[in-house]
Amino acid sequence: MRVYFDYNATTPMHAESVEAVARVSRDIFGNASSVHHFGQQAKAVLDEARSAAAMLVGGDPSEIVFTSGGTEADNFALRGAAEALEPTGRRHLVTSAIEHEAVLNTLKALARRGWETTLVPVDQTGVVSPEHVAEAVTDRTALVSVMHANNEIGTIQPVAQLAAVAHARGALFHTDAVQSAGKLPIDVRTLGVDLLAISAHKFNGPKGAGALWIKRGTRMLALLTGGKHERNRRAGTENVPAIAGLGVAARLAAVMLTSPGTEAARLTALRNRLEDDILRLVPGTAVNGARGARVPNTTNISFDRVEAESLLIALDLEGIAVSTGSACSSGTLEPSHVLRAMGFNAHRTQNSLRFSLGLFSTEAEVDRVVATLPRLVEKLRGLTQKVGSRPA
Amino acid sequence: MSGGVDSSVAAALLAEQGHDVIGVSMRLYDASDGAQADQAGGRAFGSCCSLDDLQDARRVAAAINIPHYILDFAKQFDDLVVSNFVREYAAGRTPLPCARCNSDLKFSTLAERAEGFGAEAVATGHYARIEHDQTTGRYLLKRGLDPSKDQAYFLFSLTQAQLAHARFPVGDRPKDEVREYARRLGLPVADKPDSQEICFIPDHDYAAFVAKQAPETARDGRIVDEHGQTLGTHAGDHRFTVGQRKGLGLGDVQTAGPLYVLHLQPATGEVIVGPRASLERTTLTASGVNWIAPPPGSDERAITAQIRHRHRAATAKVRRTGETSAAVAFDTPQLAITPGQAVVFYDDDVVVGGGWID
Repeated sequence: MRVYFDYNATTPMHAESVEAVARVSRDIFGNASSVHHFGQQAKAVLDEARSAAAMLVGGDPSEIVFTSGGTEADNFALRGAAEALEPTGRRHLVTSAIEHEAVLNTLKALARRGWETTLVPVDQTGVVSPEHVAEAVTDRTALVSVMHANNEIGTIQPVAQLAAVAHARGALFHTDAVQSAGKLPIDVRTLGVDLLAISAHKFNGPKGAGALWIKRGTRMLALLTGGKHERNRRAGTENVPAIAGLGVAARLAAVMLTSPGTEAARLTALRNRLEDDILRLVPGTAVNGARGARVPNTTNISFDRVEAESLLIALDLEGIAVSTGSACSSGTLEPSHVLRAMGFNAHRTQNSLRFSLGLFSTEAEVDRVVATLPRLVEKLRGLTQKVGSRPA
Repeated sequence: MSGGVDSSVAAALLAEQGHDVIGVSMRLYDASDGAQADQAGGRAFGSCCSLDDLQDARRVAAAINIPHYILDFAKQFDDLVVSNFVREYAAGRTPLPCARCNSDLKFSTLAERAEGFGAEAVATGHYARIEHDQTTGRYLLKRGLDPSKDQAYFLFSLTQAQLAHARFPVGDRPKDEVREYARRLGLPVADKPDSQEICFIPDHDYAAFVAKQAPETARDGRIVDEHGQTLGTHAGDHRFTVGQRKGLGLGDVQTAGPLYVLHLQPATGEVIVGPRASLERTTLTASGVNWIAPPPGSDERAITAQIRHRHRAATAKVRRTGETSAAVAFDTPQLAITPGQAVVFYDDDVVVGGGWID
């Protein structure tokens, strides 16, 4: 039995979503822009998916723009808003130090092209404080972007308060909700945001499909120019099969989130047991970030005197898939920028593992991990001591 | 797994023999600067060769159905291998980084990591052989079967403990057969050219590399003959190695024959040159000596000694002069005995031991 505890990287698809992708690929090949019957069939698929995506985030279907995924949605939000507001003289962008690379590196790219940028720091709770954001925002700020839930440690950010802070200075607010969509109920009106990004493969849909919710009336420049797809906001023939899969996954997630006694409660209990057992059975462990306001499925645990890279591989060889922060282009592991931003020392940024559970996670899988981890950690610590005591 | 044909076939052979094989590639230098430049739109995409090699290793692992991981050893490689390389050049010596990498990184740091994954041994694509001598209980290192590919020279500093956990699956095969095996398995690297020279200096411009890493070593100085007479000047002695003939910049100097670098004087920045005959020496001393065969007593031992990778081992006598030092006397003079290179002692094709030339 292989254990998959890396749902924040990607999730296995719902059978119904797989079926939708297959059915549309097979039966509905039309171009959604075409006037004829085939085009109308494809258009109907998009409309249905658009409604489902809107339902998941509490918006109107007309406010949903389909993208190739979360990264494109984040790029669109930042670049589209920055460029649209450029003529107004607002040339300042604000984000947090714990954002996903899709946001951080887009901001860096804009900085190289002349935009002023500010990274708001966080403390060891891993939560962005409205006070810090208020200090960063000025009357020249075009956009503030803070994620809804952090991908590495799972902390939920006070998005509603942060959006209010941005709006008080006339700035737009974007939230990267890639890690919260499907895990937390989302209502864009309550959150008070202007832009919100989601990605289908994080909630049991297919890869290659995501969406940006754009509040009606928000000034945006298109990222991709070409035909008049997506109401002129995103050119390019729509990936109809993947979007169909997104729609089904969004609908299932929305239903699950509103049913009482739910998946969220089950996952929270499962995650908490995993976390408590690891802390109890493995000495020298600690949870990274605040344990209170977190998405139900994620825990990030530091293992003192262990290199996360070695532990990750040792676990994989035992059939247990987890992850650290992020992998670089060669596939090696880099120290987590999130843990670094939280003020942890170099060792801790490289000794921490993320366990992220999901729809198909079971008690038996938690048992497996809990039974395996102490042995592996002990073995690796023994070697570390050997290496440390070796004469130079 | 470097992404080359030898380590690929080594992994494939072990997997075929039924071993539980874990593919590991070492990332030895930081390619991320390039990746970031790519994102900025500055550099051409995919210009990094080492990333391509890692990609090849991954493809081979997938083809033979073994897990594959890339371990980041950039810091250790820099600390243990690259800085030593630069330091040696700065000291007027000619380093041998591949041997350092084998003993200090592959068969130490990497081997310890592998132990953490539950591995019993570390296998590489080196052309060398290991035998366990039942009578002495020692592990013997032997030259690879293919004399044109033999790499035992680069492995002389492995300890008994390291050899006990090392495997060289292609060491008893000719290179042709290794390539043929890779082709038969359809490995994507079957016809990849052999790697040349030093991996972290792909353009072979060692002088530029050293000058960049340690600008203070680029001391200019005089080029003098054996009698101390100045023949010219140079822009940094890190550009020279013993035995070098080209690039002296002495085209105007009238001499009886071609001039060679005889030795370097880092203290004064002088480069001493002379005729080919003056490059010949019959003795050397070595330090950091490692004995793989049982160490000899105080008596001389007849061996053959190899003083660089492409040198045909010559008959000599070796004498232990200390715990980790030795003196070597060749039966006939040898050209360009170069400080910083290894001298390796053989009994036929068995590596008796070796050390670093003083």
